Amino acid sequence: MEALVAVVIGTLVACGVYLLLRARTFPVVLGLTLLSYAVNVFLFMMGRLTTGRPAVISPDSTEYADPLTQALVLTAIVIGFAMTAFVVILALRARGDLGTDHVDGREDNP
Amino acid sequence: MNHWIIMPLLLPLLAGVLLLMGRKYELTFQRWLSVIATAALLLITITLLAAAAGGGYQVYTLGNWPAPFGIILVLDRLSALMLVLTAMVALFSLVYALRGTDAEGHHFHALFQFQLLGLNGAFLTGDLFNLFVFFEVLLIASYGLLLHGGGAARTRAGLHYVLLNLVGSALFLFAVGILYGITGTLNMADLALKVSNAPPEHAALLRTGALLLLVVFALKAALLPLYFWLPSAYSTTSTPVAALFAIMTKVGVYAIVRIFTLAFGVEAGVVAHVAAPWLLPVALATLAAGMVGALASQDLRTLIAYLVVVSVGMLLTATGLFSVEGLSAALVYLIHTTLVTAGMFILADIISIQRGDTADRLEPGAPVAQPLYLGVLFFAGAVAIVGMPPLSGFIGKFMILQASQGNSAMGWIWAIVLVTSLLGLVALSRAGSVLFWQTKTEASLGAPITITEALPVVALLACSPLLVVLGGPVSEFANATAWQLLYPAGYIESVLDTYADAIAIDPGGQP
Repeated sequence: MEALVAVVIGTLVACGVYLLLRARTFPVVLGLTLLSYAVNVFLFMMGRLTTGRPAVISPDSTEYADPLTQALVLTAIVIGFAMTAFVVILALRARGDLGTDHVDGREDNP
Repeated sequence: MNHWIIMPLLLPLLAGVLLLMGRKYELTFQRWLSVIATAALLLITITLLAAAAGGGYQVYTLGNWPAPFGIILVLDRLSALMLVLTAMVALFSLVYALRGTDAEGHHFHALFQFQLLGLNGAFLTGDLFNLFVFFEVLLIASYGLLLHGGGAARTRAGLHYVLLNLVGSALFLFAVGILYGITGTLNMADLALKVSNAPPEHAALLRTGALLLLVVFALKAALLPLYFWLPSAYSTTSTPVAALFAIMTKVGVYAIVRIFTLAFGVEAGVVAHVAAPWLLPVALATLAAGMVGALASQDLRTLIAYLVVVSVGMLLTATGLFSVEGLSAALVYLIHTTLVTAGMFILADIISIQRGDTADRLEPGAPVAQPLYLGVLFFAGAVAIVGMPPLSGFIGKFMILQASQGNSAMGWIWAIVLVTSLLGLVALSRAGSVLFWQTKTEASLGAPITITEALPVVALLACSPLLVVLGGPVSEFANATAWQLLYPAGYIESVLDTYADAIAIDPGGQP
């Protein structure tokens, strides 16, 4: 199970980095989103993978899932949403102001 | 528990919310509210500095949850000093913004207050994840401020700034995740304790987490491979924002100093001094590269933006020595460079306005309206920023050179610091002579400066001679702060004592 999740995170990061390096705002935003998904799964895994354990105190359980990583992931998701919304608006604004969707604001002619 | 510790967070938050609700009212109301809140913040932070100067650690447990279970704020000498610096730079930038920048778009004052909330939070917090949250608060406010006023150049620079910082945030979370997965804690003091007792098989992962954090903080501080966003962002944004951002790179420097002395410093066992082999060479390279950029600058604001990169290189060169002398030199230089750089950004704008169409481009153009007055200010600022006697930059650089004595990299440090100082002198002399002497004969069109414009520049630049006059107390304070940083046992003890205190008050309770 750990290996599967690790492979998933690795694939997400690899795709995210590839898209980030495309240097057009739309793929870059998608790349950032994939990267933040990878981060969220990674943070969640840091509480170790367990099943069927409660996160809050219950009388019939002696072992618990780590509730802190779940709180961290929630915070990271909320912040990630806000940032993605902002960067989408900024990308649209850049397309309007600069007339191109290249992140440097000009078409590259080597 | 001293409740004033949380005031630097509550005051800008409250002012920011009131400003958002009061956006329908006219600008005068917003200006008064913003200036009064920032002035009150300065007074509060000075009180906190006086309280912290004695050497004690004051821990504020939010919601009365003892560390390491709750979030804490810690006030020590370094955080108190950073709070005062932030409030000073903020107040003078804000006064300069009243000349019309704040009317160029919506919500300038609200964003400004939220920016202060993020900065103060980052300086006060004693929790790694909380540091991430405050970084995000200050970043999202800074995105708004950077783009304030609009324009294609700002959008282009802003896009780079935002995208790079979003990648930085993702790396920060990876680093936090790794450190939490190994140590099971996010409290910095508890982390320090756990790291110092870590078994050798965890060394590789701990080192990975620590160095990822270094990369994130280096992006914020603008170290060599990660500074390319800075010159265009700082030179295109509005002037009060550029002046305020003089403190933004210092957040990265602060975070490096805090984390890599507390959690990954001398006591860190298997990962002791993990940053040391990287920090010094990278900082020296930043110093050299920044100065090359300053020499090649085509306008005054880009030149000053590159001098920000140079100052970060200088600060981290001193920090990279990881000695009491090095850190105290870094702190003295930090106070000087933050205030003088902010003043120089504002002065550049005044010069640019008075030169009319030529603006701040370094080419012959119309003369400024008040050549004597602005010339004296520029000369004083340039002497301070280059680090020539008798102003404060000289003291900082002298202390850095002195601190490097006996270090194996001493030759490199002396050579690069001295050569870059000479190049800085060349760059600023060239800029000054073009701006003030190579004028076309036509009369100046610019209006003389008013008191709201003159006050921030004079006040910020006057801090430089003041730092020389108060040189003794300032360097004593810096020395005491450096001791506090390099021997963090007191910090860890005071934070974790909150747990013992909670047990003592309520022995039967579940802490």
